[in-house]
Amino acid sequence: MCYEKAVKVELEGKMYNVEKPMQVSRLLQQFSLSRETHLVIVNNRLVTEDYRLQKDDQIKLIRVVSGG
Amino acid sequence: MKCRVCGQEASIGLRAYNTALCADDFIFFLEKRVSTTIRKYHLIETGDTPIVAVSGGKDSLSVWYLLNRLGYPADGIYVDLGIGDYSRTSLTKITQMAEKLCRKVYVLHVRDIFDKGIDEVARTIRRVPCSACGMIKRYVMNKICIDKGYNVLVTGHNLDDEAAALLGNLLYWKDEYLWKKSPSLESKDGHLSKKVKPLFLCSEREMAAYAVLSGIDYIYEECPFSVDAKSLEYKSILNKLEESSPGTKLQFIKGYLKNMKTARKDNENRDMAYCTTCGYPCYGDKCNMCRLLERFHIEKAIAFDEYDGSTLDSNRVMVT
Ligand code: SF4
Ligand SMILES: [Zn+2]
Ligand SMILES: [Zn+2]
Repeated sequence: MCYEKAVKVELEGKMYNVEKPMQVSRLLQQFSLSRETHLVIVNNRLVTEDYRLQKDDQIKLIRVVSGG
Repeated sequence: MKCRVCGQEASIGLRAYNTALCADDFIFFLEKRVSTTIRKYHLIETGDTPIVAVSGGKDSLSVWYLLNRLGYPADGIYVDLGIGDYSRTSLTKITQMAEKLCRKVYVLHVRDIFDKGIDEVARTIRRVPCSACGMIKRYVMNKICIDKGYNVLVTGHNLDDEAAALLGNLLYWKDEYLWKKSPSLESKDGHLSKKVKPLFLCSEREMAAYAVLSGIDYIYEECPFSVDAKSLEYKSILNKLEESSPGTKLQFIKGYLKNMKTARKDNENRDMAYCTTCGYPCYGDKCNMCRLLERFHIEKAIAFDEYDGSTLDSNRVMVT
């Protein structure tokens, strides 16, 4: 894997690397997450599904569903 | 995507409304919807004294924050279930919000009453934690209203909560609950406070976005007992439908409200009695809470801690 291009993604307190820049909608697909259940924060900003991730972006996926 | 209102980069796409909005315009859009909901369904009216049932999660903290922003000053009530770190963190988030809003929050520690956390209380009476928890919370939330003079109890139930509950009630045809999910449940004078759900037209996704964009610091972890909740399964099914047909959840709940107007009349006349000990509505001569207290041989009165938003000290040691 080429680490230079890796995008770091945080989900439920764990860090993941994705290999190359892509659209947020692709990213959600890769993690098998639905846009209804997860929000995507990039560099502390909430973004829409068509946002294109850049290298060095800091990404956090936030689950919106709560139980009980 | 561009913001439909101002043309800047959008922060959220809302397919159910066929729109996309930037952070500021989304906050405005959502607050306006809640404000319209409150007025249209007469949830809170002039002269009312609302109190918000808070858990530390995104919905209850957001509705608390939102009401105060919309000009409905409201205090909070929290039931500390005594579940280790989860309850401790929740309480911290709640006291922080109380401080931010300069409002009071009442806290009832389950451990102060039963000397046990909710899981042990439940085990003793052979119930699952959620069943004991629900019963105690309903009772305590009502008691705070009656004892301290709040006339409207506000909860953070959102569109997804309501749609999941409705789906569950329909799947098993739970007639006795089916028509009782109104966004506003009227009071029974001196016995039961009015209960309202200002977020019932706001999806969970919208509420999470609102919390994030408004800088509301909520507890992200779930109650450890929520893993078994059937409602999570219903929510997931509804979200699959929502993904292929945006607006499904909204239509489901709006259709329900429309049908409720005619259906509820037939259902309303079941006789309601009141607990001979405390006055809470029940179907025997004693309510479940009084039975539970008896079962544990507890005679002391249920007392609340009060944390005043203006003089809050969040480092104060809490019983958990
Ligand atoms: S998940 Fe169950 S025990 Fe936990 S807060 Fe919700 S109802 Fe109570
Ligand atoms: Zn805008
Ligand atoms: Zn009673």
